Amino acid sequence: MSTLLDVKNLWVKFPSRHGVFDAVRGVSFTLGRERLGIVGESGSGKSMTGRAILRLIRPPGIVEADHINLEGVDLLKKSEKDMRDVRGQRISMVMQDPKFSLNPVMTIGDQIIEAYRLHNAASKAEAYKKSLEMLEAVSIRDPERVMRAYPHEMSGGMGQRIMIAMMLIPNPEILIADEPTSALDVSVQRQVLDIMDKLVKERGMGLIFISHDLNLVADFCDRVLIMYAGRIVEVCDADKLHAAQHPYTRGLLNSLPRLDAPRDRLEVLQRDPEWATAPSVSGRV
Amino acid sequence: MNMLEVTGLNVWFGSHRDRVDAVKDATFSVGQGESFGLVGESGSGKSTILRAITGLAPDWSGDITVEGTKIGKKRAKGFFKTVQMVFQDPYASLHPRHSVDQVLGETLHLHGFKDIDARVVKLLEDVGLGQRFRFRYPHQLSGGQRQRVAIARALAPEPDLLLLDEPTSALDVSVQAEILNLLADLRAARQLTYLMVSHDLSVVGHMCDRLAVMKDGEIVEILDVDALRNMNAGHPYSQHLLKASL
Repeated sequence: MSTLLDVKNLWVKFPSRHGVFDAVRGVSFTLGRERLGIVGESGSGKSMTGRAILRLIRPPGIVEADHINLEGVDLLKKSEKDMRDVRGQRISMVMQDPKFSLNPVMTIGDQIIEAYRLHNAASKAEAYKKSLEMLEAVSIRDPERVMRAYPHEMSGGMGQRIMIAMMLIPNPEILIADEPTSALDVSVQRQVLDIMDKLVKERGMGLIFISHDLNLVADFCDRVLIMYAGRIVEVCDADKLHAAQHPYTRGLLNSLPRLDAPRDRLEVLQRDPEWATAPSVSGRV
Repeated sequence: MNMLEVTGLNVWFGSHRDRVDAVKDATFSVGQGESFGLVGESGSGKSTILRAITGLAPDWSGDITVEGTKIGKKRAKGFFKTVQMVFQDPYASLHPRHSVDQVLGETLHLHGFKDIDARVVKLLEDVGLGQRFRFRYPHQLSGGQRQRVAIARALAPEPDLLLLDEPTSALDVSVQAEILNLLADLRAARQLTYLMVSHDLSVVGHMCDRLAVMKDGEIVEILDVDALRNMNAGHPYSQHLLKASL
């Protein structure tokens, strides 16, 4: 399997009045043409890992790593100007909530056309045609109307599909999806995931899927990294997630209520301070 | 006598051309000490039912009866001693400039309690927070701790019926387990009746005895939890929901 992305010893630090806070602590992993899941609770550093890859951490935050190689080229050594060619075109990111990530005063059509023309020398008419095709690809029924509409006229599920269309139109090699479905209903969730899955497969992209939903990740991904307090505590194949070994992963799985196995009391996660201090497990293949 | 009876409830927003019927002809009843769930996707009107019961949705028609007393357009003072609500987002439902002590103290004061100090202490203990949280502000608390404060505030007037509007959907799974356990314990200790809204079928399956499935403002089906566990839903929409949540 060819390696698209190779992250080694990634740290994200935030200096504060009470010393330096480490949001991500020595995380290493590789990504091929596969679906890699990152799970963990809020504050475990999973979103920070995704943002750090694109160098989207704002000062005073600091990103340090031995290397973040995108097909052999270290992203950390790139200038901010060169980074702009990477973002969107080679690695793009779908954010959690379409309400906050789409421009509220621009029509959806203009936003998608902008995303396309930024990375491709194309005429307006050509970009419009491409955008329509892309909207159709994410199962939007009347793309012409949607192109003219503003984000507030869309439902959450449609907004998220528009985001996916916008992120995929420059044809990136890697898609980072940060909780792409957590703002959506269960019934719509599946639909959005299926669309994403289909497009990722068709184009042979690498996908980093960040989520707090263990079952979803077990279902959807090929490989899973489990993060706790900025470290990777366990790496496993997604279909073997339910047989995971680490007490943190086990605790998370056991704390879920289950329809098929009713219990009087749910198990509460007992946190061991050792989990936070133990060295990070490598997710490199 | 049933704790809560809702008959032919309609709730709407706006008027004339802009009128939206959020709930259409909803009928269900919740027995004393029962835990009843409302499930459905966003926009199905499940939260609106709770808001209509507490008086947060002004335009409604139909009958709502709590402990045998029919509710009028204006709720009597005693109503809020019987019915209390816990909201979805603990980050938005606590006043950012009020300490935990103020939040609970004010509620107790409004309900005419005299031994406020002792009661605040007791409430914090009941929700598993303890004394050291008493003078903190919401930004000094985690999501789970905030939801505990919101539950303590709802418990302050010693209600019989708690309306729970997605009490754990803004929380991590590990914290969700703690809050669900707390709610189960409180129900047993205080003989509370719950009406719980959630989009998560497994949470409702864990907490509730019976549930109603809603779609586009209408209750399509009322079933008990055993039927849910055995995947025995009658209505195609409930089956669809069940499939999606597995």
